[in-house]
Amino acid sequence: MARRSDVRRKDKQKASSEVAVPALGVWGMLRWAWSQLTRMNTALFLLLLLAVAAVPGSVFPQRVQDPSAVNAYIEANPTTGPILDKLQFFDVFSSVWFSAIYLLLFISLVGCVIPRARKHWQAWRAEPPRTPARLQRLPVSRSLELGGRDGAPAPDPEEVIERAAQILKKRRYRVHVRDLGTTAPSVGAERGMWKEVGNILFHLALVGILVFAAYGSMFGFKGQKILTVGDTFANSLISYDSFTPGSNYNADWLEPFTIRVDDFNVEYNRDTTDPENFGVPLHYEADVSITDSPGERARQEVLSVNRPVEIDGVNAYLIGNGYSPVVRVTDGEGNVAYEGPVVTVPEDTSNISAFTLKVPDAEPEQLGFSGTFLPTAWTDEETGQLTSADPDLGNPALVLSVYSGDLGLDDGTPQNVYVLDVNNLDEVASPMTEGGPITLSESNPKAELPNGLGTVEYLDTVRYVGLDLNYDPGTRGVFISFCLAFLGLIMSLFIVRRRAWVRVNTVETADGPRVLLQYGLLARGEDPRLVAEDNALADLFTGEWEQIGVRDSEAVTTAAARQPAAAE
Amino acid sequence: MSSVNTALGTWSELFMLLAAIAYMFVFIAFAWDMAAHSKTLKEAEQRDSAPARRSEALVGATAGGSAGGTEADEWDKDGAAARGTQPRDDRNDAGSGSRAGWRSNTADALRGQVASSSMAYSDADERRPAARVAVVLMVLAFGVHLAAVIMRAIAAHRVPWSNMYEYTTSGALLITAVYLIMLALKDLRFVGVLISGLVTLLLTAATIAYPMPVSPLQPALQSYWLIIHVSIAVAASGIFAITFALAVLQLLQDRRERRILAGEGNGWAFLKLVPSAQALENFSYRLNSVGFVFWTFTLAAGAIWARDAWGRYWGWDPKEVWTFVIWVVYAAYLHARATRGWTGNRSAWLSIVGFLCILFNYFVVNTLFDGLHSYAGL
Ligand code: HEM
Repeated sequence: MARRSDVRRKDKQKASSEVAVPALGVWGMLRWAWSQLTRMNTALFLLLLLAVAAVPGSVFPQRVQDPSAVNAYIEANPTTGPILDKLQFFDVFSSVWFSAIYLLLFISLVGCVIPRARKHWQAWRAEPPRTPARLQRLPVSRSLELGGRDGAPAPDPEEVIERAAQILKKRRYRVHVRDLGTTAPSVGAERGMWKEVGNILFHLALVGILVFAAYGSMFGFKGQKILTVGDTFANSLISYDSFTPGSNYNADWLEPFTIRVDDFNVEYNRDTTDPENFGVPLHYEADVSITDSPGERARQEVLSVNRPVEIDGVNAYLIGNGYSPVVRVTDGEGNVAYEGPVVTVPEDTSNISAFTLKVPDAEPEQLGFSGTFLPTAWTDEETGQLTSADPDLGNPALVLSVYSGDLGLDDGTPQNVYVLDVNNLDEVASPMTEGGPITLSESNPKAELPNGLGTVEYLDTVRYVGLDLNYDPGTRGVFISFCLAFLGLIMSLFIVRRRAWVRVNTVETADGPRVLLQYGLLARGEDPRLVAEDNALADLFTGEWEQIGVRDSEAVTTAAARQPAAAE
Repeated sequence: MSSVNTALGTWSELFMLLAAIAYMFVFIAFAWDMAAHSKTLKEAEQRDSAPARRSEALVGATAGGSAGGTEADEWDKDGAAARGTQPRDDRNDAGSGSRAGWRSNTADALRGQVASSSMAYSDADERRPAARVAVVLMVLAFGVHLAAVIMRAIAAHRVPWSNMYEYTTSGALLITAVYLIMLALKDLRFVGVLISGLVTLLLTAATIAYPMPVSPLQPALQSYWLIIHVSIAVAASGIFAITFALAVLQLLQDRRERRILAGEGNGWAFLKLVPSAQALENFSYRLNSVGFVFWTFTLAAGAIWARDAWGRYWGWDPKEVWTFVIWVVYAAYLHARATRGWTGNRSAWLSIVGFLCILFNYFVVNTLFDGLHSYAGL
């Protein structure tokens, strides 16, 4: 029988390919590799491998996330750290092995989906498959006997088939009437052709996501800038505090827009009934003026967390904020060596912030300051320690240690502006020295430095904001691809694909001729509604021929008598 | 932003505790039902065990079936399955889980040993008082639980899911909700023990491990994406929790079916209340499909939110890594269902692994791994 010979043929194929392996040659090997790669088993295996390979990316610190955490990890684990680094465990998602897995997966995907698409295209244009010889062998089938009610004659089989086809068509099957003119005309019907379209769309759209994500990271950039309120940022390479271009980005492409921070406001929780959350920030908001290109009128925008502002495709995000106390340093020779805001780094929820200032222009000696800024200075009665009672500006104070000597800036080695290396400096005033650190506040804004090194003055405090500026030209493509993938996924998972066949025979019974209508249903995959469909069809067919009488029957139609009716 | 109402918050915590206790009783009632009902079934079976044996003996004779005509296309094997030519683990490549062939051969042997695969309520099991008590209690517990969650939302003036305590309690609420909705449609009382056990565990864990008074929302979480992203994620987890329970039962039932077919006795009696492994597999496949769509949406909504909040849509933050891992595992599950040799137990294992990843994502990644999501708060 057909089935058994099929099996035998497969066996033979298998045997021959086994024998042929040694003699495959390059081309044969490639073909063999390709057929292995595009197998469903391989796809499944690669998917599982991908899941496993992603896990280290959450266990170890990642450079894409936090390069300093990676350095700290390597320092803390001097033996395993470098090995892990060699194996790219700190760059999992750009590592050779992770990339290999997903590239193979996507190659497999394309190799799998293209033939499927071709096949489906053919199936789409072809007629529904031919009517099986024995409908009663299908998962769901039923036999109805038409005619005989109140002496009604049996209907014309061909008309029965045409009407059955109409009914199926209304239920959104595509139908093909066949074997007209024989004793056993039938109709083949199929629905849910869009299911496979959805599947193919889904898989191809995944490729789209990958391609656009890659495009975005190649031709985009990320930059950071800290701006004190009142300052203006002009978009160019030198204005950034840090700038990370994509591998194919050219910094000449930066559009000359400007961003000015006009104001920055923080709303704090001032609900005294909830002491635990008192002083917690509730909302940040920056008013900014943006000029899209030189000479244009500025537009006013509000920038807040979760609400970026777009300028020429570049998105500006409010990422951080803090205080910049404005100080004036007058050197030992009476010249103003520094005057301006100093960006401090917030260290805890009450915004105690680290202050660092290097004054290379001071004469006769360069000066360095480090200390803390306290937005609401307050002395803890018990410990006698000066801390900050609130993150908002209540009673601002600066507690500074002062150093003098060579700051080491002249030899050109780049330095972190937030770190003062005191190793080669003289400690002039600090908690360790006799006079203690210098404390400045609104009521006591100015202090003499010891040894005639000059004065330092606290003038004012302004806020600053930390901005991220990101450009990713692939985002839109990724988004559209995702929407298509999602659509495809839903189509693929929830459209049911189903086939139905109806065959009609005329049979002689003791009461005269009757028309036997038999139908069978076959679902692609698992279809819980197959039985419901069976019942629905039975109802429809019954309704159609109720007048002439419809009975359930045990008899089955056959395709045996295929010769034209006329020949009988 | 207005202030929080701490008094109402305290009431909410009390109600949560009450709900946890109620769920515990639901669990006991379901367990009681399983024990009592399988006892009655066992007695009934001893009365008429002889005929059952006979039909087992027939299995060998009917297996194998006959071959029919085939269509030369990809549904070939489906058709063949329908005609009963396929051995159990050698099923189709194209469609999924069509175990019809196997079932028609063995259905006789398993008749009376497993519950109906339609999972419909039948008059025959009206005599399950414990189960009915369990369901009524569960509805009550759900009411109390819902009240607790709503009170917390009102107390905090925001959606009640922005720290571990809230994720866990809202997550448990959705698991119950999904379960009760399905219970209205199908007789899924057989997973009641597992579901109520899980929910009790979650509420207890939330109360003991992550007590957290109501607090206002941090600026980073103030986005309507919080509502969309997290609610869908939690709903997906609720669905996956149920398919996890179904997968566990499927594994047990499958083992039992094999033993019955091999004539090695009937195994755990309570599994009589559970549909066949095949029916469980098919049902959890449908649920997992819905869960997968939800999870896909969660992933995308998270990416869109991340773009607004952090300036990039995807950055491999530990939480993002795990969301991705979970997505890939369930994608693998869907593939497994279409892969020869991977249906049945192996796909059940994938479903279980997927849910374990979800638990890991909740309980370990949220608390131990630091990343941008760590403001989830303890
Ligand atoms: C990036 C990797 C892939 C992902 C995330 C993925 C995901 C999925 C998902 C979610 C489904 C179920 C929904 C649907 O039917 O559309 C599916 C189905 C399917 N996938 Fe993939 N897939 C991937 C790669 C592949 C590859 C490489 C192949 C071929 C070797 C493949 C072949 C299939 C087939 C044939 C189905 C239909 C299964 C059925 O008929 O039930 N997929 N895939």
